[in-house]
Amino acid sequence: MTRSVIELPVQAVDRRIARLAALAIGLTLVEAALPSPVPGIKPGLANIVILMVLLQYGWRTAAWVSGLRVLAGALLFGSLFAPGFWLSAAGAATSLGVLALARYLPQPYFGPISLSVLAAFGHISGQLALASIWLIPAAALLKLLPIFAAAALVFGAINGVIVARLLTQPAPEPNISPLS
Amino acid sequence: MLLKVGDVGVLLAGAGLVIFLATLSWRSDPGETVIIRAAGHIVETTSLARAQHFSIQGPLGLTQIEIEPGRARVARDPSPRQLCVRQGWLTQSGQAALCLPNQVSIEIRGRAFAYDTLGY
Repeated sequence: MTRSVIELPVQAVDRRIARLAALAIGLTLVEAALPSPVPGIKPGLANIVILMVLLQYGWRTAAWVSGLRVLAGALLFGSLFAPGFWLSAAGAATSLGVLALARYLPQPYFGPISLSVLAAFGHISGQLALASIWLIPAAALLKLLPIFAAAALVFGAINGVIVARLLTQPAPEPNISPLS
Repeated sequence: MLLKVGDVGVLLAGAGLVIFLATLSWRSDPGETVIIRAAGHIVETTSLARAQHFSIQGPLGLTQIEIEPGRARVARDPSPRQLCVRQGWLTQSGQAALCLPNQVSIEIRGRAFAYDTLGY
């Protein structure tokens, strides 16, 4: 019997994705500590990372980072496959879908702020669509719709400004010393 | 340049969407009729269109109900705590003022009922 050895060579791309995902997960954890008046309204700080990744490394990498963030974030919160996890996944997936289209907007006219706001609206619409179909199939959610939309607009704009500021600064490849 | 032309457009469109959603889901339903009940029975169903005055006899005495165009209130009531009087003017569909000690209540109805039923 021959022992088969599966080797998964770790590429530089993998390391980059892991590093960026760790950053996004960190922001997710930080954000969870912030109190929120309405459940579900969060600044979405991890979207700053997702947007930076999208603009610097492309959509595929952004999708990886976003997916890993949702998965690993849920592991850390202990909410894997709980309703909150699915809402988070639905939001992230819709947001990525919107970004997949929005990244083709003409660059001279549409900056990171546009992308961020559109992604935020995508996020909240994905979440609310799943919530209204699956969790709260009542009209009660309709009353909160403007609040969610306003939050998406405000936080999306703020995150977009942060991304735009970060991109205009000289971006050194972050030199994180390897832990091992 | 931080804010580009398209960004302004996206922000304005987003604001428009928020306002649209707000007007859509927070549309108020002004009352059109008022229902006056005494001891559980409807004694009067009348329009909110013109000023009227009703005096309803209850176990404790007279409850006076005042109706003005678009609004109604319990003006006087013999109840000890005056809760229904202190509720003031009612304008929106679904609002109600109950004078429980005197068993009189008024309820505002609009075009669409805000609730299927109300149990007191």
